[in-house]
Amino acid sequence: MATDSTSASISVEGLTKLYGPFQALNGIDFSVQPGEIVGFLGPNGAGKSTTMKILTCFMSATQGEASVAGYDVREDSEKVRARIGYLPENVPLYDEMLVYDYLEFIARVRGIEKSKRRDAIKRAALMAGLEAVISRSISELSKGYRQRVGLAQAIIHEPEVVILDEPTTGLDPNQIVEIRDLIKTIGEEKTVLFSTHIMQEVAAVCDRVIIINKGTIVADDTVDTLAARIASEKPGLLVTVPSGAMTTTQLARELARVSGVKVVHQEHGAAGEHTARVELSKNPEVVKKAIFGLAASGGLPLKRIGPFEPSLEEIFRTLTGGSTEEDIASSPGASEEE
Amino acid sequence: MEQIWNVFRREVGAYFNSPVAYVVVVLFLVITGALFWLSYFQEVNLLSMRSFFAQAPLFLTFFAPAMTMGLIASEKRSGTLELMMTMPISDFQIVAGKFLAAVFLLAVVFGMTLMYPLTLSQLAGTFGTTLDWGATAAGYIGLMLLGSTYAAIGIMASSFTRDQVVAILLAFSIGFFLYLIDRLVGQPTGAAAKVVEYVSTASHFENIARGVLDIRDVVYYLSVIGFCLVAAQASISSRRW
Repeated sequence: MATDSTSASISVEGLTKLYGPFQALNGIDFSVQPGEIVGFLGPNGAGKSTTMKILTCFMSATQGEASVAGYDVREDSEKVRARIGYLPENVPLYDEMLVYDYLEFIARVRGIEKSKRRDAIKRAALMAGLEAVISRSISELSKGYRQRVGLAQAIIHEPEVVILDEPTTGLDPNQIVEIRDLIKTIGEEKTVLFSTHIMQEVAAVCDRVIIINKGTIVADDTVDTLAARIASEKPGLLVTVPSGAMTTTQLARELARVSGVKVVHQEHGAAGEHTARVELSKNPEVVKKAIFGLAASGGLPLKRIGPFEPSLEEIFRTLTGGSTEEDIASSPGASEEE
Repeated sequence: MEQIWNVFRREVGAYFNSPVAYVVVVLFLVITGALFWLSYFQEVNLLSMRSFFAQAPLFLTFFAPAMTMGLIASEKRSGTLELMMTMPISDFQIVAGKFLAAVFLLAVVFGMTLMYPLTLSQLAGTFGTTLDWGATAAGYIGLMLLGSTYAAIGIMASSFTRDQVVAILLAFSIGFFLYLIDRLVGQPTGAAAKVVEYVSTASHFENIARGVLDIRDVVYYLSVIGFCLVAAQASISSRRW
């Protein structure tokens, strides 16, 4: 992928990070153009936080180049830091402060002039929906509000680039939707890179997704393109029968007898139905005809048949080699990032 | 400079919004006050601050680390230090602001002990004598220098760990060692005696408390403070290397 490091908001080349013998990042390359919202997706321990810590100048890379807002993170660290807003994982805040006092402190440290400080605080608080809690102590806030304070802090100085590390982790579904909307709003004006391990989040918010696994980028594209790619790599049919008519084992046995069917997987169907996903060794149309033939001969009480469209989870699992969060979390060395 | 002020303001606010400042101030005043008046009533005719200046340094070895133990360690643990380090503020400004906040809290504590010399000076009037204000002022300058040194040691210890208990133990051990070294090392002679005397925080303090404000004693304290603050800065900066 060609990276135009002069105009890109974020540009990363050959970034490598070692924690002792553990390789957290394995020479990754990517770039983010101004105004893009990019989702940084991967299982826990894949290297998302490490990348973000390097981009925000908290940590240095072992090897490779990274620049943000046109400045190198190593050479011009102060200039980079003045142009980014960052929300680290787990939203660290000063619990003993009031929300307003906290935002004022951040505004001061961010170098916002005295005359503009009040307006900046007001704008960030309104945008993050903090009006109701502005004079409360941070220690009293719910998790959702803490997250909002963290986001307000990240945008108070109108940075060019906003970097958010797992901004929706630990929130309830309503709060997740609210925070996603907020990220979309922020993304209207700024470049946003945010990490998550939830695929839906990326589909709901992002222009583009970068999927990282075990320190390596495995995909960098739009969600639709990725879905099409997986569908073509793994052609298949979904076959559904009423659950009263036959068991899943019977369904699998019947389908396995059809010529051109390679493997039969059970899928989670709706209630009252059994659904099987069929991997094919022949043209889908031919196999479909054969299955229709089976249905017509009474061998299969067919309810529905259609092409297999990979779900977001399917895309994620395929690209990250089927490693679930639990697998990664229990593998040695993965916890070193935390 | 402005950034140091921003950090200072926040830390002072945090001190007085949490029980730490109040507990430290009250305990220090109770302990030194009780000892001061006990020794006053034992030697009724001694109208001087000498007993206070003899006792306070020992308690400072514990109270200064108690004030500073969380300054960096707790921010490391909660992650707020990570956020600060990604803002346009230098690591030294963070450390310096925190150090000055601890010095400010020490000044508040010592300011409250000013009621001892004021009371003594009233009593001196009734006896027809006067309190030696020069020696008293020198003693307070010495206490500020000594307290600031322990605070700097405390901040350095706090920067090495994310655990406040480890921080206070480390700072207390260093401070206590430096305070007692000239008493513990028997009767050294020659060069060893010079080294022990130079390293001891107490011997420098005693010089100043006697009313001799020697530049060498001041340089000693300032160099320990400088060393500790640079070490603290290097410790938090090491992630960026």
